[in-house]
Amino acid sequence: MKFITYLSDYIIPFLFFYIVGMGLLSKTSVYDEFIKGAKDGFKVVLDIMPTLIGLMVATGILRASGALDLLSDAIKPLTNLLHFPSELLPLVLVKMFSSSAANSLLLDIFKEFGPDSYIGRLASIIMSSTETIFYTMAVYFMAAGVKKSRYTLAGALTATLSSVIAGIFTARLLF
Amino acid sequence: MLNYLWGIMIFIGIMVGVFTGKIDEVSNATINSSKEAVSLCITMLGVMAMWTGLMQIAKRCGLVSALTRRLMPVLKHLFPDIPRGHIAYEYIASNMIANLLGLGWAATPMGLMAMRELKKLNFDSEEASCDMCTMLIINISSLQLVPVNIIAFRSQYGSVKPAEILMAGIISTVFSTIIGIIFSTTARKLVKRKRGL
Repeated sequence: MKFITYLSDYIIPFLFFYIVGMGLLSKTSVYDEFIKGAKDGFKVVLDIMPTLIGLMVATGILRASGALDLLSDAIKPLTNLLHFPSELLPLVLVKMFSSSAANSLLLDIFKEFGPDSYIGRLASIIMSSTETIFYTMAVYFMAAGVKKSRYTLAGALTATLSSVIAGIFTARLLF
Repeated sequence: MLNYLWGIMIFIGIMVGVFTGKIDEVSNATINSSKEAVSLCITMLGVMAMWTGLMQIAKRCGLVSALTRRLMPVLKHLFPDIPRGHIAYEYIASNMIANLLGLGWAATPMGLMAMRELKKLNFDSEEASCDMCTMLIINISSLQLVPVNIIAFRSQYGSVKPAEILMAGIISTVFSTIIGIIFSTTARKLVKRKRGL
């Protein structure tokens, strides 16, 4: 199992090696393109900054008031049954609606427990392997003018649930 | 949707704060959280720019379009109702590749184009076609292999190894995508049998 965490260390360096290597082989001006792309990345972050401020303030209020603790205490009997940390249930639920709101809850978890705790790692895995079900469905179906989504929601929920279960398993095995 | 979610979060927070007598902490939290959001964005600026920079090289040297082309044969099995050579395949493929590479903002426009084409193929019906369901289920099962923002968050909050969750994330992403594909193909078969096709 150590091998898998070991592989994690190689992913980003490998991508750099491969992409820059391919770029050089195809005579792309790699550095100029990198700078150009990095500029776009700046715009992306600047665009989400106001959202992040708004949502982190809301999460900050929830945390400071003790509302998040009340909620996770209330659902503890249920989540204990499933061997799932109750602190993560709000995260999974919010993630279905908005990824930026879920991000601010994730940051709250990092602050409370640290990113390298079991809860912090499991939260990172779940956040990186789930999507915003309701938001995505709303955007895509609205754009196409589709009103009946049929079995999309059932399928999306099944997929999300399976990634949470897989996340719990891998986190247990690896960390 | 976010209007309600945000409003309710603040409303509940302040109400609970009054009852638990922690309103002073709530007051501090509003100031501190907004400052924290900005310092987080500064970390994110670095990581995100690094990633989009790398992806720009991948795009320019044709790696992204090569990946898209390689995805086509797979798509023919996943979306059997789209006629061969139809433009919808291209949109779906670029949507999936962009998602895979963590370029969510670039993926959405392509995905919307794909949905529009699928709707035309579905005789402009207001009901989703099986292909639309498959596309959205796969999309929602999450395809992103390297979650750059999560790595940035982890490093901002002092993780010793921010990237250590990568493999675990990939395992659950792949697992849930496989489950999503199995679900969509089974649902498609059941629907066709029911309609006697």
